Amino acid sequence: MGVEMTSAVQATQLTAEDIARLRRESRRENWGRAWYKFSRNPLSLIGAGTIIFVVCLAIFAPWIAPYPEHVKPFTDFANASQPPSSQHWFGTDEIGRDILSRVIYGYRFSLTMGVTVLAIVVPIGVVLGLVAGYFQHRWPDTLIMRTTDIFLAVPPLILALAIASILEPNLFNAMIAVSLTWWPWYTRLVYSITTGLRNEFFVTASQVTGASTSHIIFREILPNCVSPIFTKMSLDMGWVIIIGASLSFVGLGVQPPKPGLGTMVASGTRYLPDDWWISAFPALAIVVVVLGFNLLGDGLRDLFAAEDG
Amino acid sequence: MNLLIFIGKRIFHAIFVILGLAIVIFAVARIMPGDPVRLAVGSRAPQWVVDNMREQMHLNDPIPVQFGYWLRDAAQGDFGISLVTRRNVAEDVREFFPATLELALFALTISLTGALLLGTIAARHKDKWIDNIIRIFSYLGIVTPSFVFAIIFILIFAFALDWLPAIGRLSNGVEPPPRVTGFYTIDSLLIGDLATFWDAIRHLILPALALAMASMAQEARITRSSMADNLTKDYIASARALGVSEGLIMRRFLLKPSLIPTVSIVGMDFAAGLGNAFLVELIFNWPGLSRYGMNAMLSKDLNAISAVILSFGIVFVLVNLLVDILVARLDPRISLSAGGGS
Repeated sequence: MGVEMTSAVQATQLTAEDIARLRRESRRENWGRAWYKFSRNPLSLIGAGTIIFVVCLAIFAPWIAPYPEHVKPFTDFANASQPPSSQHWFGTDEIGRDILSRVIYGYRFSLTMGVTVLAIVVPIGVVLGLVAGYFQHRWPDTLIMRTTDIFLAVPPLILALAIASILEPNLFNAMIAVSLTWWPWYTRLVYSITTGLRNEFFVTASQVTGASTSHIIFREILPNCVSPIFTKMSLDMGWVIIIGASLSFVGLGVQPPKPGLGTMVASGTRYLPDDWWISAFPALAIVVVVLGFNLLGDGLRDLFAAEDG
Repeated sequence: MNLLIFIGKRIFHAIFVILGLAIVIFAVARIMPGDPVRLAVGSRAPQWVVDNMREQMHLNDPIPVQFGYWLRDAAQGDFGISLVTRRNVAEDVREFFPATLELALFALTISLTGALLLGTIAARHKDKWIDNIIRIFSYLGIVTPSFVFAIIFILIFAFALDWLPAIGRLSNGVEPPPRVTGFYTIDSLLIGDLATFWDAIRHLILPALALAMASMAQEARITRSSMADNLTKDYIASARALGVSEGLIMRRFLLKPSLIPTVSIVGMDFAAGLGNAFLVELIFNWPGLSRYGMNAMLSKDLNAISAVILSFGIVFVLVNLLVDILVARLDPRISLSAGGGS
């Protein structure tokens, strides 16, 4: 059997270059197939489009926002509380600031929060999950997984509120607070995948050939966790943005006069129902971006599920 | 027997988690910048008062000893004095917790009932227009923050239509019923006071609905997909082939296995609800533990924050315990595997 295989390989005479080329081609083919499947689902496309749109708004805010000076300390009482018009598409708030401009800048804070929290949480959570899962039933497993149990014992929003309130309220501390509550989810996710894989033949085979533990964990097991991690990241961007908005709604996140979306909703509630636009458009802005990430995440999940199945 | 072993393990685990949580809370409270004694006595108190207080609060002892004292007091329900209300924190918790639990349980009832209803309808009419409408509703429910729902509901049902009250647990002039459980609905029923009962229910509806929307949407989606999955299984087809009526198939064969995924996320949803209650109670001026906790947080009232977080942690752990047991009962494989070693 082994002899036959060697001769078969020799017969085709594959050079290293050929293998690299074949790999590139198959990779391109896979991407093409994935994109085809993804683009067949209109909801995923709407989600992806929304996210691209919002990200562009956030990045190019100074050029897109009609009144960029309105995000700084600014008052214009002559134009206060104007309903939506051609000059101010979303109207103006109680001190005359253009709400559309503030919403566009608000996206900057929301996305910064989401990206930063995930950038902190995903590597930490994933590595801990891999280690705990690979050493299942040994002390790293017990230590790490029991710690996640404790952090998961408090509803995330409550823990984030508590931590943010104990620290100085601002965007940075809000991100720290949410990160502290969020890493256990990734640890759990990766742990459950790793424990399922650690006895598979490809893992045993690398152990037998003398591969190092870090090689097995990061090169053999980690690649199998990538698709669920990406799906979860897309869905979590939405959750983190909601939690960030909740924190700033009660004054524990982005501080005025900076335009946090939650802060804007909160400050507008005093003028409801007459000046509805002050709260309504920032609230709508939250819903739009979270919906985008959810649609994208669901699209990714269906995509990966189809690949695995 | 297996189920008992499973329950025993879960209870042991729950106790461990609560202890761990106590350690974390204690650590955070000690790490916090600022002197707890100065915060407690005020900045103008003379130094000897501060020194006495430090001794009283055991702050001169090593940290593990301090933790011992703290844990002993906490186990007896003594979290010290609230800096804001100037009352015993444990008393505050006892007073305010029932209002939050009543709200959260009412929200849970609404969300589960709604979710099962919507999920079943969507699964039975899969890919028809009604399924699509329910799907859109689910998406909106999931992506809209609860505080936005709260504001929308107040605007529509309290301001515009004037159907339901928007603030508090009872109308002005209505006396709260004598306290037995602290749940106004139950307490008023106990003395047979239907007018108060009705008033309490009317006050519950809007905040509970605002809390329930997200979990209802989530659970409806999960119920739909698990039901739709199970509907294509062979055993359903064979039951149909044997002439079992559609209603009986639904109740007997479909509902129970389809409930498992839904029930197993109820714990998580309940937790999210308790978290969102912090904002919803603030908006509806609901005199519960969440609003109390929110105010404690905004004024850095450390004793009160510790007590509130530990209380919510304990409730959440207990709810998860219940959910685990419920799921194990619904799905015999779980308790079997727990009893069989591992």
